[in-house]
Parts: sequence; structure tokens; C-alpha cells
Amino acid sequence: MAKRAAPEVNAGSMADIAFLLLIFFLVTTTIETDSGISRKLPPIEDNNDDVIIKQKNIFTVLLNGKDQLLVEDEIMELKDLRKAAVEFLDNGGIPKGQEGYCDYCKGKRDPASSDNPDKAIISLKNERETSYKMYISVSNELMAAYNELRNRRAQEEFGQSFTEMQADYDNVNWVGNRTKLKEKIDKIKLEYPQKLSEVQ
Amino acid sequence: MGKFNKKKGGDLPAISTASLPDIVFMLLFFFMVATVMRQNTLMIKNNLPYADQVEKLDKKDLVMYIYAGKPSDAYKQYGTEARIQLNDKFASVEDIAAFIAQERASKREELIPFLTTALKVDQDANMGLIGDIKQELRKVNALKINYTTKKGNVFDRR
Repeated sequence: MAKRAAPEVNAGSMADIAFLLLIFFLVTTTIETDSGISRKLPPIEDNNDDVIIKQKNIFTVLLNGKDQLLVEDEIMELKDLRKAAVEFLDNGGIPKGQEGYCDYCKGKRDPASSDNPDKAIISLKNERETSYKMYISVSNELMAAYNELRNRRAQEEFGQSFTEMQADYDNVNWVGNRTKLKEKIDKIKLEYPQKLSEVQ
Repeated sequence: MGKFNKKKGGDLPAISTASLPDIVFMLLFFFMVATVMRQNTLMIKNNLPYADQVEKLDKKDLVMYIYAGKPSDAYKQYGTEARIQLNDKFASVEDIAAFIAQERASKREELIPFLTTALKVDQDANMGLIGDIKQELRKVNALKINYTTKKGNVFDRR
């Protein structure tokens, strides 16, 4: 018997099948958001030793139930918060020559404001009725203040912004000295520590 | 002249659809690769707030998700107050401790300190609920938290 050529398979319905699958995946896809503002909660401690903190080293941010902002006993708009926080953190009130002098601060050096970034504490207090949206906005602005200062400092010291350094450190494909980079990051973190306390 | 007249009468040639399957397959592969199947079916409205000072959450297997928000339209019978959702069901604040314990038990012991709790909370929820969640998390010593947000400017959307 003569060998017959295999009949060609009709591929006309291929597109239909592919469309069907495509539509299935289109519908089930949710591009997940997996980024956000990271925070560390304070552990519950039994000892209630009150650490005395000078009033001038505390930057109070109050959020009331109507989402209004009270910063250092003055009503403030959200857009001004970042600048106010930067000014407070970067103040460096201790005069030159004394212990705790902040030589990298570029603030106003107002003796009535914070001593140095290490001592400066931001205290955020909200009410139960405060909306989550507002809370996130305020946290975001405060984080932005810290990041701004850290970026500036890192730029001066290492010629690279702090966010970039962190991105490099998290990037698996980054080539370079990891331990050295970590040291740099820690140094900046130490110079502008994130001292944000939340009051319940 | 006949040479030139020929074309006039003809219809437009049919567009070849032979490459259509290729195009569709290309799209298909893109979506297949980009798809992350949702772990939990959401029973709440979950419109996340915007922020731009965000950190990325790597290592998806080390994240515990706590959802909160108003019950969505299909679950109106649960009221209009913001609720917590753990896994696939509504929960109360007291259930969080058990949930964390259960998540921890399912992970290898050396990974437990790296567990992060991601709070996916609707932007209209109020802070009372979140305060309660945070207090509960402190009790079980799950201190690393992350407020999951969408990436965007805070001021654009108010």
C-alpha cells in the first residue's frame, strides 16, 4: 500500500481556545499590591519607669476624630507637616562645643526646639474616630520627613541617596560589597534614627 | 488599457488572521506569568489608601494578611461597621491571637522572627479598629507590621 500523507490538522480553532484561556486568566488576575509603610510596634513591657524627656524634644502630632491635624498645639494643614517635621528633626539645638552637638544638622539651631536628631521624638496620637486614610497620610508624611533627611545625609556622605542604597541592598542582583553598604545604611540610620512613638 | 483596469473591480483582499493565535498566545502567556491567584476571597470592601514612602514586602510566604473594612455588598447582613477578615471568614479582634498562632505553627521555627503582618485595611475604616488590632498583635508579640497601601501621592486623591 502506498503511504498516505498525514492529513493536516485544522488549526482554525486554535485562536478560540487561546482566547478562552486568555479570558480566564484576565478575569482571575489581580495584580497584588505588596508594598506599604512598615512599622514596628512597641513590645508590651511591665515596667512603667517614666523616662523623662524634655518637652522641647517632643514633636506632638494630634489627629482628631474629624481628621484635623494639631501639630505642636497649632492647627496645621497636611501639606505643611513634612516641612515642620524636617525642621524639628534637623534643628540641632545644642550649641557647638557642648556634648550632643549635631555637626551635620542644617536646621535653625533654635534652643527651644529639639537638641539633636537622636533625641528628637515624634509623638503621633490619634482618636478612635480618625479615619485610616488620614492616619496613613500623616504616617506617610512623617516617614517622608525622615527619608528626606536621610537622603540628604547619604548624598553628602556617600554621594548616593538613602533610598537608592536600600534598594541596592534589597536587590539580589546588585554587585558590590554588601557588608560595606550595610555599614553605610546603619550609619545613616544612626544619625537620623526613626523615633516615632504612637500613643494609644 | 486593460492591464490597468483589472484592479478596479476586485474587492479588498481578506485580512489574514493566521497570526491571530500567535498574538493571543502572547497575551495569554503574559497574563499566565503575571497572575497571582488570590489567596483569600474578600468579603469586605478593600480600597487601600495611597502613600508614596513605601517599602516592598518581599518573601510572600513570610507575610500574614489581616483584612479589614466594611462588609461588601454581598455580605450586607453583617452590618455596615468595619469588620476584620482572617482567611476566608469574618473574625473578631479576639480571634487574631489564634490566627497568628496558627500561622506561626505552619512556618518553620527559624523563620518565625521574620514574619510580618500586613494590614490591608480599607481607607474608610476608623483607627479604633486598627488600634484594637495593633494592641492584639502586641499581646502575641507580632511586632513587625506593614500597612499595605497603593503607590501614589497622598495629596492627589483627597
